[in-house]
Amino acid sequence: MSNHAEVLIIGAGIIGCATAYYLAKKGISVLVLEGSDSIGDGGSSRNGGGVRQSGRDPRELPIVMYGIRHIWPNLKDELGVDVEYYQEGNLRLGKTEAHLKILEVLTQRSVQCGLDVKMISGVEAREICPYLSDSVLGASWCPTDGHANPLLATLAFYRRARQLGARFITGEKVAEIRKLQGAARQVVTQNNVFEGDRIIVAAGMESRPILNTVGIDVPMTPLLLETLVTEAVEPMFYQMLGTAAADFYGHQSTHGSFVFGTNSGLEPYAKPGKTVSSSVSASAACRGILSYFPVLADLKIIRTWAGWIDSCADHVPVISPVEEVPGLIVACGFTGHGFGIAPPVGMLLSELATGSELTLDLSDLRYDRFKAR
Amino acid sequence: MAKDRTKEIGAFAAAPDDNLIICRCEEITKGEIRSAVHDGMFTLTEIRRYLRTGMGLCQGQTCSRLVKAIVASELGVTPSELEPAASRAPMRPIEMRILARDLGGDQHE
Ligand SMILES: Cc1cc2nc3c(=O)[nH]c(=O)nc-3n(C[C@H](O)[C@H](O)[C@H](O)COP(=O)(O)OP(=O)(O)OC[C@H]3O[C@@H](n4cnc5c(N)ncnc54)[C@H](O)[C@@H]3O)c2cc1C
Repeated sequence: MSNHAEVLIIGAGIIGCATAYYLAKKGISVLVLEGSDSIGDGGSSRNGGGVRQSGRDPRELPIVMYGIRHIWPNLKDELGVDVEYYQEGNLRLGKTEAHLKILEVLTQRSVQCGLDVKMISGVEAREICPYLSDSVLGASWCPTDGHANPLLATLAFYRRARQLGARFITGEKVAEIRKLQGAARQVVTQNNVFEGDRIIVAAGMESRPILNTVGIDVPMTPLLLETLVTEAVEPMFYQMLGTAAADFYGHQSTHGSFVFGTNSGLEPYAKPGKTVSSSVSASAACRGILSYFPVLADLKIIRTWAGWIDSCADHVPVISPVEEVPGLIVACGFTGHGFGIAPPVGMLLSELATGSELTLDLSDLRYDRFKAR
Repeated sequence: MAKDRTKEIGAFAAAPDDNLIICRCEEITKGEIRSAVHDGMFTLTEIRRYLRTGMGLCQGQTCSRLVKAIVASELGVTPSELEPAASRAPMRPIEMRILARDLGGDQHE
């Protein structure tokens, strides 16, 4: 089989898979190279499933707002897989006056960008979610936020892209990009050399060493986040939850289990290169969760896991063509919130790769925006 | 090992035992597992994430060998060529109120 495609994508996370889908739908030949043995084995299958606008940086907010208006509600029909998308709102909870201050700042910033989000009282929060403890003083409330199943969403983009003719190779770890006549052209792996007219780097944290081979750098650090899942129970509530104290976040899934993201405070000190849960995080998460939801005390935790995020210097992604290396496109640095935004990002990357007019402006997310003090 | 996912494995053909329940915790049938392979799910990790096999209360302790055999046969490989999906903590389901009490160090109750 030919080792050439119009577009080569490095990394089959949700960003790579969604981009492959939008390109294949346009009839473009696509080849996706994935380093690990399974599709979506990075952050994309390990995240908390939040499809959130509230709390986002104004530079990426319009993209996720577009996705929530135009893509997420139809994704199930479009991809032929139920990605378990719920749009039942996001409650960000506060228990102290200091928490409420944090929430007010976040809320005002989003309102200025035209997002429907507001502060509500503890009583109003309990009307929305009656299981909340009385210790909740107030919350920010964004009714159009929600969550989806990241495992299914990632694999659904892969499945549909593959059906439309996109070629995926797993276990094909990219070592290097090579230029021919000044333009990015070849991708070198352990076993092979591939060629593409356009090359999209969507390899999460690993994008950095790959980009370095053509002299481009994106300032990011790896950060290990941890998550857990409970046994399944009857449906209780389907809002996405977060807190001003950032001590946990999460939601109940279609399956009935609760998926909770944890925050022990020790994340930056995870053992380098080891994608395993720590011994302290799940307990810290349980303390956090139970202080807002005492009714969940008897719920059993059945599984915990960890995943790396590519924490970018200014906490928003790079989604950008690289003019100094023609043919090269970068999509990395999603910094722990790249799941909810992935469908519109895939659409935009397919536009960048085909040179079509962009649906949304990406100039705030350029690769060369980082300036030293 | 590099695997091209365009590998031709033929169309899904229904079989008389497709309704057999393989993963009892999550009630996943043999037909669903076979059909997922034809949807492009070629590893046990992908099958698990796509269907929830082995994600229930027993965490795959009962069905993982059966799932492996079914996927291998559908792909036309030997079961030993398939990597098992990862096992994860905790060993047994544990209540949040109990886990919350583990403060680490010497602060155990
Ligand atoms: C615990 C946790 C919770 C999170 N919660 C949320 C949330 O609630 N909401 C939200 O929006 N986001 C969340 N995120 C962030 C989100 O998961 C990521 O931003 C998103 O999945 C990024 O997708 P990606 O495709 O860029 O990266 P990844 O999924 O990491 O994919 C990159 C892929 O590139 C591959 N790769 C790496 N190196 C190479 C190489 N050399 N050659 C070929 N392939 C390579 C990797 O194997 C991987 O499959 C969370 C993340 C974590 C870890």
